[in-house]
Amino acid sequence: MADVVILLDAYASVFGMRVRVALAEKGIKYEYREEDLRNKSQLLLKMNPVHKKIPVLIHNGKPVCESLIIVHYIDEVWKDKAPLLPSDPYQRAQARFWADFIDKKLYDAQKKIWTAKGEEQETAKKEFIEALKVLEGELGGKPYFMGERFGFLDIALITFYSWFHTYETLGNFSIEAECPKLISWAKRCMQKESVSKSLPDPKKVYEYILEMKKKLGVE
Amino acid sequence: MAQVILLGAWPSPYVYRVIWALKLKGVDYEYVEEDVLNKSDRLLKYNPVHKKVPVLVHAGKPIAESAVILEYIEETWPQNPLLPKDPHERALARFWTKFGEDKNPALFGFFFTEGEQQVKATNERQEQLRILEEQGLGDKKFFGGDEIGMADLEFGWLAWWLEVLSEVAGVKVIEAESFPRLYAWIQRFKEFPTIKETLPDRSAMLTHCKARRARFLALAKS
Repeated sequence: MADVVILLDAYASVFGMRVRVALAEKGIKYEYREEDLRNKSQLLLKMNPVHKKIPVLIHNGKPVCESLIIVHYIDEVWKDKAPLLPSDPYQRAQARFWADFIDKKLYDAQKKIWTAKGEEQETAKKEFIEALKVLEGELGGKPYFMGERFGFLDIALITFYSWFHTYETLGNFSIEAECPKLISWAKRCMQKESVSKSLPDPKKVYEYILEMKKKLGVE
Repeated sequence: MAQVILLGAWPSPYVYRVIWALKLKGVDYEYVEEDVLNKSDRLLKYNPVHKKVPVLVHAGKPIAESAVILEYIEETWPQNPLLPKDPHERALARFWTKFGEDKNPALFGFFFTEGEQQVKATNERQEQLRILEEQGLGDKKFFGGDEIGMADLEFGWLAWWLEVLSEVAGVKVIEAESFPRLYAWIQRFKEFPTIKETLPDRSAMLTHCKARRARFLALAKS
């Protein structure tokens, strides 16, 4: 029986992008469905009743929610192709630890860069760059976060790259000036089709955020 | 066998989560009590990023963040599994564990507040408990099904800590009438042999929690 895979997503979501990259890495055929987050579909509300959020992966009718949990799921089900997590338990723990760091430290800081102004925005920029620098330190001289192969932790972080142009423009700063090694890593990841085809055009993201800011009244 | 050390702080439920996992799997470990108000060089060395407990040190290598530690324990010592085999079931177990990670602070917010703020915190808490009761636990014996699993350890604090916090804050939280399933689960979890022998002393906790609430409320007023 052929697998039926549907992804409920929103094109600018850094979380949704993670799932797109994971599916592309494994060469899984799926149906992409764009959700209007201001008018959520019945399917989304049914498949994620607790949070009502995207991304949701629906595999043969059964939903999986939360981007990193979905990536774990994809890795476990389609385990014979392109492993995303390392096989060693300690390496896996490191990957999970840093993915959690990204979701806690980076996410909150980046949100304030495009929603806040003045001192609040300045503080957010500092926290954001600090978090990126810590991650850059973790990367060290390796081509990818876990070593020679692109994987879970690269997926967790690379999706934010599509938003860098937005942060830089609205925050008036250069991420490359602060974290050049991280930008080299990002460009290396973007050379992979699974990444470049899954991430939106940074200019489109910027336009989308300007629209969002208008709607939220945070100009 | 390589040495296992757990850096913890009494009576942190995050630490107890790890203790329960190790005990359920019969893993020998050395416990080291850390003073979180006066952090040791050892803690700062093993968790430089967050400087928090718990930290599991296995064969000299540190792992931090309780959810990450639990996954590591599960993979390293597969006996008495905390996660099911089926990938979709695993995803569900992880979903509820993450729900706990995200919502637990909202569940005990009532303890650190009073007056109107406490009312607000209480309403939020009730909402989340309702979701847990109906969608998380449902008709299962444990969150993990017939056996204790990762999500049970995530919510284990509800079975013991919550009662103490409730008594100190002067509110009632999970009762048989309001949350019958969670209430029944609490009794089962508390009585489970490995868990029962590991719960922190109740009167010591009462003293500790009373002091904490007093400190927090004083800070909030200043």
